[in-house]
Amino acid sequence: MKRVASIWLPHLAIERWAKDNGYPPEAPVVLTVEGTHGLIIHAVTKAAAERGARAGARLTDARALDPALVAVPADPAGDAALVERLAKWAGRWSPLVEVDGSNGLRLDVSGVAHLFGGERGLVSDIQQRFAHIGLTTRVAIAPTAAAAWALAHFSPSPLEGEGGSSRRLRKGEGALSSFPPSPRSASLSRALPQGERGLVEQLSPLHVSALRLDPDTIRTLERLGLKTIGALMEVPRLALARRFKGEEDVVGALDRALGRKPEPLTAAPADPAPRALLKLEEPAAYPEAASQALGRLIPDLVRQLQERHLGARRLSLHGFRVDGSVAVASVSTAIASREPKHLARLLADKAAALDPEFGFDAFALTAEWTEDLSAAQESLVEEPSGERELARLVDRLTVKLGPKRVRRPQAEESHLPEKASGWVSAVSSLAFAGEVAREARRRGPSTSFAGPPPLEIEGRRFRPQRLLDRAEAIDVIYATPEGMPRRFIWRRTVHDIARVEGPERIAPEWWRQPSSARLRDYYRVEDSTGRRYWIYREGLIGDGRGGAPSWFIHGLFG
Amino acid sequence: LLWVQERMAILESGRVHPPGLPSQNLIHVEARDARDALWAMEEGVRCASLSAVIGEIWGDPRALDFTATRRLAVASERSGTPCWLVRLGGHANLSGARMRWRIASAPSLLNDLDAKAPGAPAWDAELFRARGSPPGRWSIAHEAGRFHLAAAPGDRALGEGQRLSA
Repeated sequence: MKRVASIWLPHLAIERWAKDNGYPPEAPVVLTVEGTHGLIIHAVTKAAAERGARAGARLTDARALDPALVAVPADPAGDAALVERLAKWAGRWSPLVEVDGSNGLRLDVSGVAHLFGGERGLVSDIQQRFAHIGLTTRVAIAPTAAAAWALAHFSPSPLEGEGGSSRRLRKGEGALSSFPPSPRSASLSRALPQGERGLVEQLSPLHVSALRLDPDTIRTLERLGLKTIGALMEVPRLALARRFKGEEDVVGALDRALGRKPEPLTAAPADPAPRALLKLEEPAAYPEAASQALGRLIPDLVRQLQERHLGARRLSLHGFRVDGSVAVASVSTAIASREPKHLARLLADKAAALDPEFGFDAFALTAEWTEDLSAAQESLVEEPSGERELARLVDRLTVKLGPKRVRRPQAEESHLPEKASGWVSAVSSLAFAGEVAREARRRGPSTSFAGPPPLEIEGRRFRPQRLLDRAEAIDVIYATPEGMPRRFIWRRTVHDIARVEGPERIAPEWWRQPSSARLRDYYRVEDSTGRRYWIYREGLIGDGRGGAPSWFIHGLFG
Repeated sequence: LLWVQERMAILESGRVHPPGLPSQNLIHVEARDARDALWAMEEGVRCASLSAVIGEIWGDPRALDFTATRRLAVASERSGTPCWLVRLGGHANLSGARMRWRIASAPSLLNDLDAKAPGAPAWDAELFRARGSPPGRWSIAHEAGRFHLAAAPGDRALGEGQRLSA
């Protein structure tokens, strides 16, 4: 069963401000934001609350009650950034953490609680950890996200962790978090809601605003006398649905709270890819713009990679044109790299090919695929290591010629000669080979990686050094149909066969090929001038798979 | 090992077949034309961690002139990476190579096990221009994993090989 924990940080703004500025909590300070009719109080300290200031009131009204109030502008952006950071940090409890509103988090804790000694243990752990950083929390766990939110915000006996309780480490901040007067003291005695019936029981007494409806809808509901969720649940659904349509989806909110309608959590995005941005003062319509931008973007990106100990495997340069279109050039590298010179060299050609059309007004260089690359000393003298040097060569060749043209051999499990020698793109295989080599080095000097095991020396003698991409048909003159060939015509030249060896019979792979595939008899032949060829006869007479056998030339020996 | 093949060379004389080679440790480059092939070779020659560079070019393309071959030879001497440029079906025109060979196939040696079968491969090699060594003609055979000089000379030329060696 799904369990969602909702963490509400009710006094986030004021606690953050007090901590950053070292203000004593006795000071009557209010944080203000700009409202439509002047400054609005955003958050208050305990002392200010005692003097009549409350969040949401106008500053002038509060000043009328107590002229000694100190007003400080609030910093919602900073608060939001803190919540983002806390969301990452909350990954310690659950992999699925979502920022919920401006001062809350929700965690999918299904199947997680036992790691912290049950749900109670989890809640107290969350509260303790937040208390250590000086933040008051109210935590609730429920089967749905909406219900958890409602319980965290509105439950009369919340599972509240007071940042200012005795669990806190630093005494200095002790008084700070115990304001404003919380409705009840923290008690963990109430049962956490289990199952729908328990959920209904817990939610029924709560005020309708616990459903996160907009204020107008709540006012309407209040006017209708539906003040609690319980009262709302007793109204027939059809009537509710008819009365509240569109934006004010009361039935939907109710269903989400009770788990009749799913409300999936989206995890906060992982670390964004390293990215360097360059905005131009005015659009650049000349072709060198991209190359010049590259010169300024790469050092920025490399610095970011360095800070995060990453190396780029794939880079993309996006050029944003004035008319809203985007031009992209991307390159990949064989091993992770963050060397500015190398990256610049790779991208230079592609960047120069970007068409400015009406002009670029911004560029972004993103390392889309990165790998860990710890800081390493290149070398004492200017002599780069072989592996890295090779990887750079492959990068350069691949960028210019394309990944399909720069390849490394890879042995395949097949009897057919043309299938036995597979090729893989060098960019992808080199990193893997390097990995294996490193692994081998770690294991010991005895094991070493040298590609696929080389064929036996005897077997190698019977394989040509060159294989034609497609076996070419030849005309063969033979003494007997099943016997040795005597003479053949290839590319309009007659070759007299002086010596011949064979046949080497290679049967079709019946598990892959259609049943009409014919066997091949390979012969190594040498003509009168000493040229050596690898020819085969496909099929046998009377094998029931087609007419007379045909001859092909398949390979050449060195 | 970096093995660069021009597209035409692949069509004419086949693609490298790794099972027939002693080492699988190679990077194969399929170049669209001679210009790309020469560029790839030059990049390879500059990289000191390669054991060797082999390039195959068919015919007499315009890109393959004295400057191109000379650039290869100089780069190869600087980095110490040996480089062979194999020219299939071409003429021995101007080249900056340090050693130029003309290689032709020769009838193979006698097969000890079967007199009718081809034996160890053999070639006729003619060094027709080289810096610091007199031209000559040799017959080379490859037997049991080693090259050795054989006595009998071949009779006709298959194609021309030019060899750049540093």
